[in-house]
Amino acid sequence: MQIPRLRLFAPFKINFRNLVEQNRMLPSNLKLEDDSRVAVIGGGPAGSFFSYFLLDMAQRLGMKLQLDLYEPRDFATPGPSGCNMCGGIISESLVQALAVEGINLPPTVVERAIDSYVLHMDLGSARIETPLHEKRIAAVHRGAGPRDMKEKKWRSFDGYLLELAMEKGARLVRGRVADIGWKDGLPQVKIPNGLPQAYDLLGIATGVNTSALKLFEKLDSGYIPPKTTKTYIGEFYLGQETVKRYLGNSMHVFLLDLPQLEFAALIPKGDYATLCLLGHEIDGPLVQRFLDAPEVKQCLPPEYHVAENHCHCAPWINIQGAARPFADRMVFIGDCGVTRLYKDGIGAAYRTAKAAAATAIFEGISAEDFRRHYWPACRAIRADNALGKIIFAVTRQIQKRRKDRRGVLRMVSREQQMERGPRRMSMVLWDVFTGSAPYRDILLRTLHPFFLGRFLWEIIAGIVARIWSINGQKH
Amino acid sequence: MENGALGKVYQDSQVIVRQGEVGDCMYVIQEGRVAVIQERDGREVPLAVLGKGDFFGEMALFDREMRSSTVRALGEVRVLTVDKKTFMRRIHEDPSLAFRIVQQMSQRIREMDGELGRIKGNVGMLPNK
Repeated sequence: MQIPRLRLFAPFKINFRNLVEQNRMLPSNLKLEDDSRVAVIGGGPAGSFFSYFLLDMAQRLGMKLQLDLYEPRDFATPGPSGCNMCGGIISESLVQALAVEGINLPPTVVERAIDSYVLHMDLGSARIETPLHEKRIAAVHRGAGPRDMKEKKWRSFDGYLLELAMEKGARLVRGRVADIGWKDGLPQVKIPNGLPQAYDLLGIATGVNTSALKLFEKLDSGYIPPKTTKTYIGEFYLGQETVKRYLGNSMHVFLLDLPQLEFAALIPKGDYATLCLLGHEIDGPLVQRFLDAPEVKQCLPPEYHVAENHCHCAPWINIQGAARPFADRMVFIGDCGVTRLYKDGIGAAYRTAKAAAATAIFEGISAEDFRRHYWPACRAIRADNALGKIIFAVTRQIQKRRKDRRGVLRMVSREQQMERGPRRMSMVLWDVFTGSAPYRDILLRTLHPFFLGRFLWEIIAGIVARIWSINGQKH
Repeated sequence: MENGALGKVYQDSQVIVRQGEVGDCMYVIQEGRVAVIQERDGREVPLAVLGKGDFFGEMALFDREMRSSTVRALGEVRVLTVDKKTFMRRIHEDPSLAFRIVQQMSQRIREMDGELGRIKGNVGMLPNK
């Protein structure tokens, strides 16, 4: 019998081009091993999560690592010196994931457990309850609290995570990193009045509100810092009773027709309410226009005036992830790498920190290892952010059009009155506001024919009701 | 501090999970204790008492079977629900998230092995009739 030679040997055919490509992409032998030294620069959530999971995974394998965590701030000090400038919302999905990890956020850290959102528009307000009527969103202060704090009642969220990392074995180095360099193929970290320290791996979690990122640009690793925009965070002292009376356990979200404004929220905490404005280059006049809006004023006591010297800041946030957030023996985590657009930055810090830690422990610490095993986690967030931009662009259009806003309000109000049945608009808004679901999921749900049909119906019904109401008034 | 208590509070003896119901979530105890009970032939067989940080109802995340036992609050207890959908999405992205659940399940199997060994040993020691 004639054997078809080509077919027989086909499986053994060597594709030299693929082989060359594969060899080029083979990871190097840069690995962490017993007594390897790791430096983590930045003790915010990304740095603490990275330290915690790196040490945890190493312990599971019986590997001993020496980890130094560089953080100059003292999270026990109120005001800017111990603050990380953030709205301080821990999303529903992150609260659940942390609970599964064994990190249960205590009431000494969580200033208010959130069980609902209230959507405010010029046409009215609607309350959206958590799907299970359970408090699953945590409002925290990242630092010890605002600078005008009268009494310290809660612990800093960042301080709490830092303690968890230290309990796992991280050593805290109180110092601002002054220089980064290379010696004998190892990265070196130098703090003022200290000798340069060589490490096997650097985890960089500095955030974007620091000049320390410039230290890494000169290393010529290909890292390009993220694109950023300015936001506004303000802390208003109201006292516990007033917070409870006016804001309750709800996060108050505003869909107002104000240019540059993408998202505005008033977050109830212990004694304070935190105002968080996101958008393009938020400036003083826009903040004032927002505070003067009647929809905002109704959420605060009538006699309340924002104090001139209230604790506020205008931090930068990452709106487009860094290019190449890794190099040999170096990985950028959290905001200084890739994060979620506008929402759940702490959740993105957790995801990227864990992906970086798993890569370093189980795969290796070369640029190629991070490209293969860490970069996909970052790329997934970046791809999702691209869809998030579409969602926020549509939201902007809805903010501008009165009839669309009325349609949203009618649909949500109707859904919240229903005992059963799908709450399509409520769930879409819930996930947009809380950042609990990927933008892809949210976008797909808004493209569902039932969602679109119902929304269109509510817009038309709103227009008809308005015409009837005007005609009724004329007669 | 009660303002910052995450999850849902159940009062003493309140049923959190009922045997035979279909579940689509698991629970993590934030504060307090719960009793795990199996209802068999009209009788209640106590299986375990769980405390802060423990999970229950996790089997519902991995199979579509009905709840295998009833879980009841022992005093006031605060419990956080973990949705199947949220959990599965996370697991798909990061399988190591299941490590603690596997660890706890492994611990329970170990305890059950010990219990089974004791029961079989006792049965083996019964005098022949």
